[in-house]
Amino acid sequence: MSTPATAARHLALRWSGVAPFLAFTALFLILPTLYIVVGAFRTPDGAFTLDFVRALRAPNILNAYWSSIRISFWSALLGTVFGLAMAMAMVNGGLSRRVRGPLLTFSGVASNFAGVPLAFAFIATLGPAGIVTLWLRSEFGINLRAHYGFNLLSTTGLILTYLFFQIPLMILIITPALDGLRREWREAASILGASGLQYWRMVALPILLPSVLGCFALLFANAFGAVATAIALTGSTLNIAPILLFAQIRGDVLGSPGLGYALALGMILIAGITNGLSIWLRARSERWLR
Amino acid sequence: MTRLAAALVLLLGVLYFALPLYGMTEFSLRMRRGVYSLDAYRVVLADPQFQETFAYSAFMALVTIVVGVVLVVPTAYWVRLYLPRLRPVVEFITLLPLVIPPIVIVFGYIRLYNTSSFLPLTGSSSGTTLLLLFGYTVLALPYMYRAVDTGLRAIDVRTLTEAAQSLGAGWITIMGRIILPNVLVAVLSGAFLTFAIVMGEFVMAALLNRPAFGPYLQLTGANKAYEPAALAVIAFAITWASMGLIQLVTRFQKFARAER
Repeated sequence: MSTPATAARHLALRWSGVAPFLAFTALFLILPTLYIVVGAFRTPDGAFTLDFVRALRAPNILNAYWSSIRISFWSALLGTVFGLAMAMAMVNGGLSRRVRGPLLTFSGVASNFAGVPLAFAFIATLGPAGIVTLWLRSEFGINLRAHYGFNLLSTTGLILTYLFFQIPLMILIITPALDGLRREWREAASILGASGLQYWRMVALPILLPSVLGCFALLFANAFGAVATAIALTGSTLNIAPILLFAQIRGDVLGSPGLGYALALGMILIAGITNGLSIWLRARSERWLR
Repeated sequence: MTRLAAALVLLLGVLYFALPLYGMTEFSLRMRRGVYSLDAYRVVLADPQFQETFAYSAFMALVTIVVGVVLVVPTAYWVRLYLPRLRPVVEFITLLPLVIPPIVIVFGYIRLYNTSSFLPLTGSSSGTTLLLLFGYTVLALPYMYRAVDTGLRAIDVRTLTEAAQSLGAGWITIMGRIILPNVLVAVLSGAFLTFAIVMGEFVMAALLNRPAFGPYLQLTGANKAYEPAALAVIAFAITWASMGLIQLVTRFQKFARAER
């Protein structure tokens, strides 16, 4: 007995349950983002233009992107390597099972301990008057700054600081994959005469690779979007994309609102591509690891 | 991996993570020359600005949790029960806040909801606070949705709903007295994570010019020596407490299940 009217009412009822959610995300997530994206291609009079996107080639903007990409790349690479090493030590290292719980709990805390307080912790430790800096100088006569050119308020310092949340994040997301490596595979390999190294090189790593690459991409995006740590650590002295955008939103430092939109568009693209890559790669790896 | 190598790797890791934590703690105790003291904490806790911003952010975190729960629980429930085909779309939307940098979202807010727009939220301070609240809800969306959806997977939503309906329950009763209590542990995990995120959030609050804890932290860091370290210790304690509570409620649930 489905007249068009009752069918329509039925349909409306069906959608009514998700309507608040769709309205909310449209207003406060999708529209604001679209506004920025469209703004990057629109002149003040509303005509289409590519000028703002082209203007991103200005040296200071390219430099900002490049520094951001470099910092994200290195912190993601080191985070992946050290995080994987620590996770492997925990899962396959033959150590006490009691290591696992505390390490995973701590990783949960540390991966969320980002932003301004993290910068404070590193300034208090490795900053110009930090505990470790002063200790090395007074006990061993090592001056980090003069002898090794180390400065916490720099690209290197930022990478070192980011690792504090990158490594734990890697441990958290790669551990399920390591747990998924079945004991039978290892036994099968060793029955066929493979050494431990051969097992890792020819069985485990190929299975883990999409997972590891996916985690790398996620860590990259994670570092790329981190603004608060960078601002708290370096003020606005370091020219990286998020800090430049922050200054642009506060006070139009680029002197062109359209260019600000284009700068944000670039960030959306880089974060979107790396995140998309990460989701795709990690979905792929689930085929083997369930 | 041999045991020696494994132990060595973990030792190095512990060293890297322990040093900054030790550094900030030690630094925070050094305000009085020559002896360890809690002076930095005393100064921070007595600072009216600390009290105001801390209370503001804690309040925002609690309201964010309430808004998030009201938004996410019915949606996840409805999608699971009536619109399974919409599931990939809703899941995709809830993942977007992880993909789009928060700084871009808040940039959009400032331009879209300025004084000359159809919804001039940035025109008044209560409007801006509301906008910040929605921003936080968006940030919490991925964690909240995932937690609640996992919670719903563990219960038989359809049978529970039909049983409640045949006993004459309306939608509000079903949501509030059947579904919510059943996914409470999942909701609480999402809630504590949201609390930790909102307490430390800096970019949105700073750009919307709200008196929140994050911008206060940054300001103190730029102007003071020992107080930032004390604040870092406090912030770390908040994060630790939130994560600890998540573990606690999860463990409590396992215990309750086993007993039944």
